[in-house]
Amino acid sequence: MIFILLPFVEMFYASLRPLDHLFRSPYQFYSDDLSFWAYREMWNTVPMLPRYIFNSFFLASVTSIITLLFVIPAAYSYARFKFPFKNSSLYILLAINMFSGAVLLIPLYKVLRTFGLLNTYQAMIVPGVAFLIPTAIWLLKSYFEKIPIDLEEAAFVDGASRVQILRHIIAPLSTPGLVVVGIYAFIGSYAQQFLFAITFNQKKEYMPIPSGLYEFIGYTTVKWNEMMAASLVGIAPVLIIFLFLQKYIVAGLTSGAVKN
Amino acid sequence: MNKKLKSYTTQTYIAYALIAPAALYIILIVAWPLLETIRLSFTNSSLAGEDYVGLENYQKMFSSKKFNGIVTRTFVWMFFSVSLKLIIGLIGAVLLNANLKGRSIFRVLVMPPWVVPIAIGMLGWLWLYNGYFGIIAGVGMRTGILDGPFGFLAYKQSAFISTIIADVWVGTPMVTVFFLAAMQGVPRDLYEAAYCDGASRWDRFFKITLPQITPVIITMSLLSAIWTFNSFEIIWILTEGGPRGSTTTLIIDTYKQALGNYKFGRGAARAVVVMILLMLFAGFYLALLARINKKISHE
Repeated sequence: MIFILLPFVEMFYASLRPLDHLFRSPYQFYSDDLSFWAYREMWNTVPMLPRYIFNSFFLASVTSIITLLFVIPAAYSYARFKFPFKNSSLYILLAINMFSGAVLLIPLYKVLRTFGLLNTYQAMIVPGVAFLIPTAIWLLKSYFEKIPIDLEEAAFVDGASRVQILRHIIAPLSTPGLVVVGIYAFIGSYAQQFLFAITFNQKKEYMPIPSGLYEFIGYTTVKWNEMMAASLVGIAPVLIIFLFLQKYIVAGLTSGAVKN
Repeated sequence: MNKKLKSYTTQTYIAYALIAPAALYIILIVAWPLLETIRLSFTNSSLAGEDYVGLENYQKMFSSKKFNGIVTRTFVWMFFSVSLKLIIGLIGAVLLNANLKGRSIFRVLVMPPWVVPIAIGMLGWLWLYNGYFGIIAGVGMRTGILDGPFGFLAYKQSAFISTIIADVWVGTPMVTVFFLAAMQGVPRDLYEAAYCDGASRWDRFFKITLPQITPVIITMSLLSAIWTFNSFEIIWILTEGGPRGSTTTLIIDTYKQALGNYKFGRGAARAVVVMILLMLFAGFYLALLARINKKISHE
């Protein structure tokens, strides 16, 4: 417990302390003038910070929306139909999850370069979506399976078309599932904004928070209190979303991966 | 009824049509690059162009002492990191499963390292590991364990250990949550029966809990091994594979060759080795999963 939380506590503590207290050796455990000063000052030190935050949200939102668009029909199909290669293709999806993006970087880099897409938002969104699709399909499939097929059949007998069934039965009943999968995709893409971001994008105006802050560590003496403050600001959104919805997310993920 | 009304073939067509967009996307962004990586590994591709060079990349790679060292290092790193994650995860799950006050709060509190972007978490660890001003060096100096400032990431051995600890920090919460979910799935009456027979706490753990959750432990060790093997951000942010290569794992080496030096051919050859190892892991995992599923459906 201490091991897990200490880094966060210390990050927060450091963000409240004045810089000259931090830069004292040996380590001082106590500072008497704690303040949120660093949270104001960081916007000056990291002038692009608002832009990084916007980028992070923008990238995560677009990535998760695109992921959902691909995943909804596929998951529905896996949940409702029987067809050749159904199981083997599901296992292939699981296997894709095990490949790190690092293995694919070279060809992706070359392709993005040929199409002039390096240093754009697309360069980070396109590979991001690919790595979210597999888990998202598994998750959403299990939600679709919970909708009783009798409902659909009854509607079918009453003469409803497939589109009508989708609109009036499936869509409303699967909203909770869609929300959870959407949030999974959002948190997932928010968290993965590093590898693709440092590889495919050098332009500051497109950087998400993690790579933006990482770059900052490189070339200046780091103002650690502000760095920690900025990091916490970057962490906050996912943490808040997660705390509210952790029950559903954990239940969905564990059932998908352990029991199938 | 649905099935009677629509013929099997039209169903199959609809099913495939619905899957097609996702499938095409994955083929384009994952499958094709994998094949392209294999092709590139037989060339000397760089920003300047490429020529077919046969097995040269592989010959150079396997005859290099440095590369063999990297492979060994990767497995040592993985072994320590995965074992620690499993041990701490198991202990954590037992504690969280016990009837303690406030356990629901603790169950939520173990999770942050898992959800927080790894890269940002590592910025925090960079500060903790700071040799002059970080809290770990500070406590060490105060208690006299260290006799002066100590840069944890500046020396070969301590950097190796430090990156493992950070990796365990990131990976343990997930392992804990999965173990906990498995423990809660163990039927209650088993415990009640054992309790009536007068089994001690230890007995109940070793004779009921542990055997019952063994399938999950095995799957989690494999999954965790795969993720640890793939771990890139943690090492990259903390040390970039240094000092003097002491934390360079296969993934880091692949990245450095390919995108640090733009030696695409050499990088691709390393990526192929990574791929083959991952496929072995994945094969094990899927075979195991199929066996477990069979067992469950038989029962």
